Amino acid sequence: MDIVTAQGLIKDYNGLRAVNGVDFAIRQGECFGFLGPNGAGKTTVMRVISCFLPPTAGSVTVFGMDVARDPSMIKSRIGVMPQDNNLDPDLSVFENLIVYARYFDIRKKDAIRLARVLLDFVEIQDKANVKIEQLSGGMKHRLLLARALVNNPDLLILDEPTTGLDPHSRRAVWDKLNHLKFRNTTLLLTTHYMEEAEKLCDRVAIMDSGRIVAVDAPENLIAAHGGNLEDVYLKLTGRSLAD
Amino acid sequence: MAGILRTYISSSPGGVLQIKRAFRVWQRHWMVYTKLYKTSFALNFAEPALYLVAMGLGLGAFVKEIHGQPYIKFIAPGIIASSSMFAAVYECTYGTYIRMAFQKTFDAILATPVNLDDLIAGELIWGATKSVIFGITITIVIALFGLVDSSLIVLAIPLIFLCGLIFAEISIIFAAIVPGIDSFSYFYTLFMTPLFLFSGIFFPLDTMPHVVTSIAAFTPLYHLVNICRAFSAGTFSGAVWSMVWIIAAVSLLAPFPFRLMRKRIIP
Repeated sequence: MDIVTAQGLIKDYNGLRAVNGVDFAIRQGECFGFLGPNGAGKTTVMRVISCFLPPTAGSVTVFGMDVARDPSMIKSRIGVMPQDNNLDPDLSVFENLIVYARYFDIRKKDAIRLARVLLDFVEIQDKANVKIEQLSGGMKHRLLLARALVNNPDLLILDEPTTGLDPHSRRAVWDKLNHLKFRNTTLLLTTHYMEEAEKLCDRVAIMDSGRIVAVDAPENLIAAHGGNLEDVYLKLTGRSLAD
Repeated sequence: MAGILRTYISSSPGGVLQIKRAFRVWQRHWMVYTKLYKTSFALNFAEPALYLVAMGLGLGAFVKEIHGQPYIKFIAPGIIASSSMFAAVYECTYGTYIRMAFQKTFDAILATPVNLDDLIAGELIWGATKSVIFGITITIVIALFGLVDSSLIVLAIPLIFLCGLIFAEISIIFAAIVPGIDSFSYFYTLFMTPLFLFSGIFFPLDTMPHVVTSIAAFTPLYHLVNICRAFSAGTFSGAVWSMVWIIAAVSLLAPFPFRLMRKRIIP
């Protein structure tokens, strides 16, 4: 079953066409990745799916509902881990989760229990009463992940989940994501790390200048075009991911 | 009624305003405030107390009476009004802007079932709540000094809330259009300071040129000062028109913070 579908999605942004007519469908339980350099339109697609930006043209549905019509219903079932830290600096680690759970109408008693479980899951249980500014970069990432799981989402959207992390923290996030995959959570992520796409994604969409140039399983892309995913990207777009 | 109100202020498809979700935002602000108030609470009194002492006692030594009242008693109700105004304005200019642009709290909240209209409604109601918190505390202090004649002043609280909403609306309109946080200094210098000085807090406006009185009658603080002064003296006279004005202004301004914030946040 398709959890997310996009047809002819176009998004104009400050006079620029950030996304230029893309179609895709994301299946229940898979890990789907958008791969591409900065400015390819990945984050914009994510923001449309997470009901943050309305499409300029085309249609996007999540769980069969239109993003422009039922944003609250959709958002109640998705978790979003943003690229930048937007944890609430006025609240402690624990309070961040409690307050976030409240936006989803989760009762306080359940929220407290949930917050403990999630802090255990991302292994920062000893930081519960610490201020956000006292967390390391890796810990903030893990807390962002925990926060995105507060409503037990059917779809988890991760925008560059490991950008800026050291190799150790990156691996820690990958472990957690693999664990979630195992639990059958549908994952949707953007990345410009080939290794990340190969390790986590069942299918990837390669994006370039607002368009999707190929969608397939990483191994199929590699089989069809040769080399590794990096070479596939170079071949399809004529550019290296680092550009 | 709720339906009409929703269409009136929020026309975005799907993003229909829901008060329960706005309340979630309010709860977040309340939690942060009650965490920090122990350290900042005393400061709430400092500024109004300074004005009261400096003007009331300092200037009051020369100006014996205005309208048959000791000077300090004349300005006290005005201080209630101005403190509640500044509370909402600080909250919804700097506070809102910081949450929106620097802390990215808005982004985080908008990833939840809370939509932009709910969020803005939460900001507005919180701004008005701050007005009430300040209004009540200053009233208590002023009453302890024996500067309030009538318990009718309690009736000013709902009007302080409504007027707080007006100030929150104006502030969020500015927060939505300013290019950067520094631009608020224009707002304070060109709008807030004249408001503070020419709303009849420190002197009756009937001594001023007619044009000043006419302009003042179009500003919210003038009306809140009227109401606080009348109620503090135990009369409705002069307050009724101001109450009507405040209710009309809250409603007329209501759509704009939503529209302008939508324009800023959803490109």
